[in-house]
Amino acid sequence: MAEPAVLSVSELTRTIKALLDGDERLADVWVRGEISNFTHHKSGHMYFTLKDAASRVKAVMFASQNRYLAFRPEDGMRVLARGAVSVFERDGQYQLYVREMLPDGVGSLFLAFEQLKERLRAEGLFDRKRPLPTFPRRIGVVTSPNGAAIRDILTTLRRRFPLAHVIIVPVLVQGEEAPASIAAGIERINRFREVDVLIVGRGGGSIEELWAFNEEIVARSIYASSIPVISAVGHETDVTIADFVADLRAPTPTAAAELAVPHVRELAERLVHMEERLRSALRRRLGEERVRLQRLAQSPVFRHPRRLVEPWMQHRDQLDRRLGEAFGRLVERRRNAHQALVRQLALATPRQRLAVARARWKALDRDLARAMALHLREAKQALGHLLGRLDALSPLKVMQRGYALVYNETGERVLTSVRDVAPGDTVFVRLADGRLDCQVWGIEEGVQHGNETRDGHARSGTDL
Amino acid sequence: METKRAMGMPEAELTFEAAMQRLEEIVQRLEDGDVSLEEAIELFQEGMRLSRWCDKKLRDVEQRIDLLLEEEDGAFRLVPFSGEEDEA
Repeated sequence: MAEPAVLSVSELTRTIKALLDGDERLADVWVRGEISNFTHHKSGHMYFTLKDAASRVKAVMFASQNRYLAFRPEDGMRVLARGAVSVFERDGQYQLYVREMLPDGVGSLFLAFEQLKERLRAEGLFDRKRPLPTFPRRIGVVTSPNGAAIRDILTTLRRRFPLAHVIIVPVLVQGEEAPASIAAGIERINRFREVDVLIVGRGGGSIEELWAFNEEIVARSIYASSIPVISAVGHETDVTIADFVADLRAPTPTAAAELAVPHVRELAERLVHMEERLRSALRRRLGEERVRLQRLAQSPVFRHPRRLVEPWMQHRDQLDRRLGEAFGRLVERRRNAHQALVRQLALATPRQRLAVARARWKALDRDLARAMALHLREAKQALGHLLGRLDALSPLKVMQRGYALVYNETGERVLTSVRDVAPGDTVFVRLADGRLDCQVWGIEEGVQHGNETRDGHARSGTDL
Repeated sequence: METKRAMGMPEAELTFEAAMQRLEEIVQRLEDGDVSLEEAIELFQEGMRLSRWCDKKLRDVEQRIDLLLEEEDGAFRLVPFSGEEDEA
């Protein structure tokens, strides 16, 4: 007998869990019900019960899922919850693991709208308002390429500012896929980047038709856009979440196009205005310069140019004077020095010495003359005396006494010996009063007396 | 491009916005008057050139309208948008 198989509680629970998890119908179900026992745990997870008149089911929505809820679940709220059925093993309890939840019914739409608006406002998504470019080069338009909105926008842009290049990002603007399509379009044009401003919107319609622009995914994609966004949804009275998040809300698509660009006519007027400002600014400037020039031309410097040089002339004169003075002083000093030298030189002059020498010379000359005269006188006296004596001894005197002198035939030599002549020679005989030319007739040596006399006479002469 | 070269504009693509900004700046500087006379005259001439250029741009331009399409590989493609049938 085989024993019946016994399961532990855990095994049983795991078996049931495997059963439920394996059922595809339970993996993704939509459940309509009313919320009760709602608890928002501090972990962020939501625990509640969904019930209807006859039954109830436990439900959990984890924080990661409920973060994007467009509304805040409350007890008594009727909702549509989407999720999978599984078992919480600890309690052996099956429950609905909610991934998505929507308020049930149009009334709930408004509630969801209000709640989302409040939440996004609290998050600060409505506070960012960026300035729009004044002259957008490229304008992105995220909308349906077939709607009235694109037609209005293009007409307006063409009329006002044909300079801008319009880039349309075709998206679905209504229906279930619209929110994701719009968000993807905004994301795509942001990746494309080369756009200065973005118009996101659609033409008028029912609240359900406009609802995509109330979806959080659209709001967040607008907020995430690095390109400034102008929202343009429906008519003036239609205000969507997208309008709050956008940098600028336009009441209509036409208005959005008007807000996106300036008007060419205004620009042309502005250009004219700026040209006028340019002209008048330059005119004014030229006028100012002219006045300045005149003022300068009339300045004393130009009217009395001499004044410009006068101080210099004065200075020059001053220097001139000083130079003269200095030079004068210098000359004076030199002159003084010169004179001193002259004086000194005068003291040392040879003239003085010359005078002294001359005086001395004169004295000596005088002395010499005197001595000379004296000497002459003495010599004269001596001469006189000697002459007297000489006279007394003169041969002439002797000759007067009868003596004669005999000269050779030339008259040059006194003959003192008979040997000096030969017979026939011519001799001269000098007497006291003249001469005799004689010829020797004969020679005779040794005639005593004649010879002695002549010798004696000669001796006498020699004695002189 | 030719216009810009002829006008002696910088190499970088001159946008209408940049031209208008420069024009505003020139007018402002000229009005402030703290530039030399030569500079003032140059600014004036540049300003007039820019003004004419902007004016011409406003008059001559034909609006360009494209659809932005994304290929499977993530490449972007701009396709001229006619939209005639929709307007009709």
